[in-house]
Amino acid sequence: MKEIERNCKKRLFLNWFVQALVFVITGLSLVPLFFILFYLTKQGIGSVNWSFLTHLPRPVGESGGGVLNAIIGTLIIASLSTIMAIPIGVTAGIYLAEKKTGKLVHLLRLSTDILQSTPSIVLGVIAYLWIVKPAQSFSAFSGSVALAMMMLPTIVSSTEETLKLIPYTLKEASLALGVPYYRTVLKVILPSGISGILTGTLLGIARIAGETAPLLFTAFGSPYLNFNLFKPMNALPLVIFNYASSPYLEWWRQAWGASFILIVMVLCFNLLAKWGASKWKIKF
Amino acid sequence: MKDIKTDRRDIFFHKVLALASWVVVCLVLGILITLILSSLPIFKAAGLGFLFHKVWDPVNHRFGAMPFLAGTLLTSFLALVFSLPFSLAIALFLGEYFYQGAIASFFQSATELLAGIPSVIYGLWGIFVLVPLVRKLEMKLGILPYGVGIFTASLILSIMIIPYAASIAREVISLVPTELKEAAYGLGATRWEVIKHIIIPYARSGIFAGILLSLGRAIGETMAVTMVIGNNNQFPTSIFAPGNTMASVIANEFTEATSNIYLSALIGIALLLFLVTTVVNIIGRYIIKRLSVKK
Repeated sequence: MKEIERNCKKRLFLNWFVQALVFVITGLSLVPLFFILFYLTKQGIGSVNWSFLTHLPRPVGESGGGVLNAIIGTLIIASLSTIMAIPIGVTAGIYLAEKKTGKLVHLLRLSTDILQSTPSIVLGVIAYLWIVKPAQSFSAFSGSVALAMMMLPTIVSSTEETLKLIPYTLKEASLALGVPYYRTVLKVILPSGISGILTGTLLGIARIAGETAPLLFTAFGSPYLNFNLFKPMNALPLVIFNYASSPYLEWWRQAWGASFILIVMVLCFNLLAKWGASKWKIKF
Repeated sequence: MKDIKTDRRDIFFHKVLALASWVVVCLVLGILITLILSSLPIFKAAGLGFLFHKVWDPVNHRFGAMPFLAGTLLTSFLALVFSLPFSLAIALFLGEYFYQGAIASFFQSATELLAGIPSVIYGLWGIFVLVPLVRKLEMKLGILPYGVGIFTASLILSIMIIPYAASIAREVISLVPTELKEAAYGLGATRWEVIKHIIIPYARSGIFAGILLSLGRAIGETMAVTMVIGNNNQFPTSIFAPGNTMASVIANEFTEATSNIYLSALIGIALLLFLVTTVVNIIGRYIIKRLSVKK
């Protein structure tokens, strides 16, 4: 009798011990997150002010100056890649959702999986070989192409997932009314799934807005305000990387400031996507 | 008359759908072919020895990828080892102990936030916060206090991959059938015994897949690693020594590559990186797909 009791106590203690261990380790894993956010806010907020947002970078030694060109550059490059990725991504997503089986479906699934896992630096190398080298010039356009390739798999899979959730009866009803297949897809199925596609796109933008590696040898960065897509353009992640590896105190301060702006931008896109996902959830 | 018109439009619609799909497929094929063609010069010049040579000396046209292969292997495996207990704990916490409620959604959002931070910001934080800490540690241990190096890069990487490994492991853990768990509880098992004898064995292959997928991510990660690894092209002698990974050497030297053979060597490394991450990811995804079908 006593032995059983002792055994039970041991088991209960072990159970309690593991539970405590899991809770403690989970709690510990959040320490780096708060550490990073703490430093970002502490160092970042101090450097962000109106002139930091509205001025161009100044040469080393002069104080002040801002990152206006990088903010505008990030917005331009991200929008351009979104414009490039959406038509192909959504159409390919419709194909996946509608066909379900077949040779091309398997190939397409494999391709999106591969593209999703391709390291971003490799996409930068590709955009360099395809566009920068033949054109003999770094350009915002080549950076957008690299980022569009990164975004493509996210859009394809979110389109597919969303369209698969739409009940088959909706499609049958439309077809039974004599609506041709292409109109059924374009006017019935696609509009019902538009919210999910938008959410996926927002997540894709959040993913590429902070990407640096594909821009290193495509958009390259520039100290000037530039609207020409075929010239080098600055972007926030590039500013952070270049300033952080420089030896100047003033530039370090500005790198923190730029990081703060970037993280706010990325968070906004993420929150927007999350809010959209819960608000426009498909209900049938 | 009208029917024929509709038919034609339907056929056209199908063709547009297929065309977009072919664009994506050709994009991936194009990436592979471009990488192979552009790296041909180095493989012609050095053969497969390019992969195994230990010396990388662009000035004297000697290119060996071994130091970077070793750097990538070391950093990603160390990162896996550092992150494994944390990601397993989070997965158990969210998949078994608190699978709903306010605490669960708080931790869920926190890990999502951790995954959403751009890698260049991890790098910045690494340079100004983590490197001084590691330097202090190295002084205490009595080794050369570089601060930067393979160890620091692994630390940053492990923080970055925790959310990925945890979210996959959590999904796999929630796939474990409730009946199985209830049967074990019914027999009087404690929670730990259920975890040990039911959940872990059932989810083993899925957890392995999660580890593989986060390994793929660690191998391809560029910016944060580039900023804290020290960029040394020697073969790494210790885990505290500065080194270089495949991704970071491309990031550092691609714009400086002056000769064709130099560029081709870097593209050869990119090809290798592409192939390795692709293989690792495809195996991981295959395991997860098989698991979800079984359910």
